[in-house]
Amino acid sequence: MSKIYYSPSHEYIRVEEDGTGFIGISDFAQHQLGNVVYVDMPEEGDEITAGEDFGAIESVKAASDLIAPVSGTVIAVNEALEDNPRLVNEDAMTNWIIKVEISDSTELDTLLDEEAYKALCENEH
Amino acid sequence: MNRDFYSNLIFEVSRPGRKGYKLPKNEFEKVALPSQLMRETAPELPEVDEPSVVRHYNNLSTNNFGVDTGFYPLGSCTMKYNPKINEEIASHPSITHLHPMQPESTVQGALELYHILQGYLAEIGGMKEFTLNPFAGAHGELTGLMVIRAYHMSRNDVKRVKVIVPDSAHGTNPASAAVAGLEIVEVKSREDGTVDVDDLRPLLDETIAAVMMTNPNTLGIFEKNIPEIANLVHEAGALLYYDGANLNPMLGMARPGDMGFDVMHINLHKTFSTPHGGGGPGSGPVGVREGLEQFLPNPRVVKNNDGSYSLSTTETALGCVSATLGNFAVQARALAYILSLGHEGLAEAGKLATLNANYVKERLRDSYLLPIDGLCKHEFVFDGLKDKSTGVTTLNVAKRLLDRGYHAPTIYFPLLFHEALMIEPTETESKDTLDEFISVMHDIAREATEDPETVKTAPHLTPVTRPDDTEAALHPIVTWSELNAK
Amino acid sequence: MSHRYFPHSQEDIASMLETCGVKTMDDLYADVPEQLKFKGTYNVPSEMSEHEVRKFFNALGRKNTTFDTILAGAGYYDHQAPAAIGSLISRSEFLTAYTPYQPEISQGTLQYIFEYQSMMTTLTGMEVSNASMYDGATATAEAIMMAVAAGRKKNRILISATVAPSVKSVVYTYAKYHGIIVDEIPATNNGTTSIPDLEQMLSSGDVAGVVVATPNFYGILEDYTGVADICHKAKSLLIMHCIAGDLASIKSPGEWGADITVGDAQSLGIPLSYGGPYLGFLCAKKSLMRKMPGRIVGATKDSEGRRTFVLTLQAREQHIRREKATSNICSNQGLMALYVTIYMSLLGAKGLRETTEAGIAGAHWLCNKLTATGKFTQTYPDSVYLNEFCLTATDATYIDNFMQQAETEGILAGVKLSDNNLLIAVTETASKESLEKLVEIGNNL
Repeated sequence: MSKIYYSPSHEYIRVEEDGTGFIGISDFAQHQLGNVVYVDMPEEGDEITAGEDFGAIESVKAASDLIAPVSGTVIAVNEALEDNPRLVNEDAMTNWIIKVEISDSTELDTLLDEEAYKALCENEH
Repeated sequence: MNRDFYSNLIFEVSRPGRKGYKLPKNEFEKVALPSQLMRETAPELPEVDEPSVVRHYNNLSTNNFGVDTGFYPLGSCTMKYNPKINEEIASHPSITHLHPMQPESTVQGALELYHILQGYLAEIGGMKEFTLNPFAGAHGELTGLMVIRAYHMSRNDVKRVKVIVPDSAHGTNPASAAVAGLEIVEVKSREDGTVDVDDLRPLLDETIAAVMMTNPNTLGIFEKNIPEIANLVHEAGALLYYDGANLNPMLGMARPGDMGFDVMHINLHKTFSTPHGGGGPGSGPVGVREGLEQFLPNPRVVKNNDGSYSLSTTETALGCVSATLGNFAVQARALAYILSLGHEGLAEAGKLATLNANYVKERLRDSYLLPIDGLCKHEFVFDGLKDKSTGVTTLNVAKRLLDRGYHAPTIYFPLLFHEALMIEPTETESKDTLDEFISVMHDIAREATEDPETVKTAPHLTPVTRPDDTEAALHPIVTWSELNAK
Repeated sequence: MSHRYFPHSQEDIASMLETCGVKTMDDLYADVPEQLKFKGTYNVPSEMSEHEVRKFFNALGRKNTTFDTILAGAGYYDHQAPAAIGSLISRSEFLTAYTPYQPEISQGTLQYIFEYQSMMTTLTGMEVSNASMYDGATATAEAIMMAVAAGRKKNRILISATVAPSVKSVVYTYAKYHGIIVDEIPATNNGTTSIPDLEQMLSSGDVAGVVVATPNFYGILEDYTGVADICHKAKSLLIMHCIAGDLASIKSPGEWGADITVGDAQSLGIPLSYGGPYLGFLCAKKSLMRKMPGRIVGATKDSEGRRTFVLTLQAREQHIRREKATSNICSNQGLMALYVTIYMSLLGAKGLRETTEAGIAGAHWLCNKLTATGKFTQTYPDSVYLNEFCLTATDATYIDNFMQQAETEGILAGVKLSDNNLLIAVTETASKESLEKLVEIGNNL
C-alpha cells in the first residue's frame, strides 16, 4: 500500500512499499498556478535535499520552485511532461514529476498527512 | 489601412532579386579568402526594395501606442513626454560620428558633455559622483551593487553576501542582487505599505551588504522612516541603495543623498525624459556618496587641472561593466532635457507629477478600491474595482482601457494586493487629459456593473484581441523559419 | 513658473489642489520629514530655450573632431546607414512606446522583434535569439552566466586571449561578482587561440563554457575546425563572439557547431555615437532557450484566429522570477533591434556580403601598401584576416606621427594598441582616394 504525504509548499510524495517515492505537485497547487506550460526537471541520478529546490514549474505568468519534500536520489523523471506539461493540470496526483529513492525515511514524519494538508489549503484559500 | 496586406512579415514581402541598397563604388580588387573559413549557405534574409521596406515598417508602427499617441499611465515607468529637441541634439554628427576609441584630444566635447551631465546628476541626487556607463536601470542596479561589494571587499569584510529587499520591490532588485552574487533577504511591508522597521532591525547582521529601497516605494508612498532606517543600516555596517526608478516626484523636493542613501541609480529614460524606444536603449547612471567614488567602474571621465578631460582607470574600481562610456546618445538627450527645464523646471516637475497622481487618485477612489489612504507621490495603487461582485478583474479593466484609447496602467504589481492597478500620470499630462481619463475609468466601472461581459471580453477594438499566451509558451515559435514550417 | 512641457494653468493647479484637499503644492509633501527636504536651488543653469540648448551643444560639438574617414574598428565600425532607417525609427509610435507588455496595442514592436529574432538566428546559424542585449561585451558576460546555469555544478569559463580586451574586461567583472572562475586560453604567435592549450585546460572537467571570437580582436578569422567537438566532449558549451555584419560572409557559429552566439550588431549600420547605443545580441540552440536571458517574442493566435505576437517564456524573467531569474535585464536596446532589422531588410544577404567584401578588399589593399612602405610590418602575417589587420611599426615614433598626420587629412587612421601596434579597419565607407592619402603619409614618415 502506498501512502501520500504533503509539504507546506504543496508538493506531495507518494511513498511505495519498496521505499521509493513519486513526487509531484498537489491538485491545489496546479489550480493556483493555472495552465502549466513547462516543468524544469532534474536528471536521473541527481541528488535532492529536503527543503531545497530540485526544479521549477511554470505557467504563463507565474513560476514556482519545486521543493524536495525529502532527500534522496532521482531514479526517474516523468518524460511525458516534457511534451505535455498540461498533464499536471489534468491530474496532478497521477502525473508525478520525479521518482526518488528516499535516503532518510524519518524526514517523512515532518510532512503533512491528507487531513492536515487539506486544512492548510483551506486556510490559504 | 489594409491590414490583411500590410500585416505581413517582412519575409512575406520579400521577392528574389529585389534590393534596397546601393553601396559606394568598390575600387579595390576583390580578395578571395580560404573557402573553409567562409560561409557555405547564405542566411535567409528578405530581399526587399526601399519603398516596400518603408511602407512595411511605417504600417507596423501604426499598430503601436506611444506617449505621443496618448496617455500612458503605466505605473513605475514614468512615461513622460519625450521632448523633440532631445532627438535633434542626439542625431547631430558631432555626437553620432565619433568612434569610441578616438584619441582623447579629438573627443574633448564628448567627454565634457559626459562630465557636465555626471555633475548635474550628482547635484540632483545629492551624491558625490556619478558614472554614466551603465546601459539601463537594471544594469545600474547591478553596477551599484558591485560598488557595494567592492567597498566591503576593500575592507576585507567578506562575510557580507546578503541584500535586504522589501517585499514590494521591483523584481529587478532581487534579480540584480543575484547576478551580483548576493543572496536575498526579504523584509515585510506594514499595512500602510512602508518598510517595517521592527522587521528590518533583526535582519541587519554582519552578513548584510546592503539594503535596497525605492523612495517613494512602489506603492507611491514616501518612506518617512528613512532617516531611522539609514541609521540602522549604517550602524550595522551595511550600505543603503536607492533604486532611482521612482526619483521623478523627488525632483526639486528631496535628494536621495540627503536621505542617507550611499549608492543610487537613475533611469534616464524615466526621470530624464529619454524615449523608451519599445524597451530601450535606456541609460542607468550610478551615483555614490563621498568615500565610495574610487569603486565606480572604469573608465571614468575626469577633468584635469588645465581644463581638459581625460579617461581614467584605477585599480580600486569595481572593474568594467561596459566596453564603452555607455549609451552616449541617450546621455546627450538627458542633458538636453535638464538644460531645457533648468533648475526652475526641475523644481516644478516633481510637484506636478505628485499633484497629477493625487488628483487622479482622489477622483477615482469612489469606484476603485484604494487600499492605502493618504498622500501618494508620483503614483498610487488601487486594488481593483470597489465592487468585486461583478467578477470584473483588474486585467479586464486594463484591456477595456485599450478600447478607449489609453495605454493600460501597470497591473498585478506590486504583489501586495491581488488586483493591483498602478497609475502614474507624470507631470506632462494636462488636467483635461486626466479628466477625460477619469471619466473613462468611471465609465468602465459603471459598465462593469451594467454590462460585465463587455468588459470581461475586452479589448474589442484593437488590431488583435486576447492572444493565446498559453499556446505561445507551450509550443514556442520564435522565428520565421519555425512559423513558415508550420 | 510654467514650462513649455508642463500643461498646467494656475487655475488647473488651484482646482486640482482643492480636489486633493490641500492648499499648496508643498502640502502634498507633508509626509516628507522637514529635515529631508531640499531647500536650495539645484546648481544647474536656468531654463533654456531650444535655441540656447542648440548653441550649448554646438559649442561642445566644436570641441570634437569628426573624421571623414574612420579606420578605427576594434569591434565598432563605420558603415553606410540608409536614410530610411533614421526616418522609420523616429516614428513616435516606435520611439515613445514602452516595453510591449500589452500585446493588443504593441504589435508593431512585437512583430519587429520577431523579425529581428528571425534574422539574427539565420545570420548566426542558431535556432533562437532573444530580443537584444545592451552591447556585445555584456552579451558575452550574460552568455557565460547562462553556460554556468546550464552546466549545473560547473563553475569555470575559458576565454581566448584573442577576444577583444574590452569584452574580456566586462566578462571578468561579471564573473568576479557572480562567482565564476575565468581562465584565459593563451594565443599562438599567429594571433590565434592555442587549441592544444584549450584541450589541456578542458581536461579538468569543470568547464561550463568556452569563449572564442570570429573574427577575433585582431581581425583574424581563426580556423575552429574540431573545436566544438573538443568542447562538447568535455561537456562544455562553445560560445562564439562575433561581429554581426560579417556573418553573412564568414563561416557562421552554427556551421562551426557553437551552442551560444553573442556579439555586437553595431556593425549593421548603427552610428558610432561614441560608444552607444549599440546592440548586443545573444542567440543559441533551442535546447538552451529556457536558460536565455532577456525577452523573447513568440508567435501565436488571438481570439479571432489572427496571427499575433507576444512576449513569451516570461517565467524566466526578473519581473516574475525575481532572484531566480536567468538575468536581471529588463530594458534592452529595443529601438536598435528595429534599426538593424530595417538595415538587414534593405541590404539582404547579398548587400551584407557585398559590404563585407568591400571591407576585405580595401583592407587587403591598404595592408599591402602600408607594409610596402617599410615603416610597418604585419603583426600576424600568417593568419587570414577580414577587413581589419594589426600592424607593427618598425620605429616607435611612427604610429603617433602617422595618426597625427592622418588626422589633419580628416582620417582616423586606426586604434593604437601600443607604441608599436596599430589596428586598422576598412569598410565600404573608405574611398580609395583617402586610403591612397594614408599610404602617402606612411611613405613620408
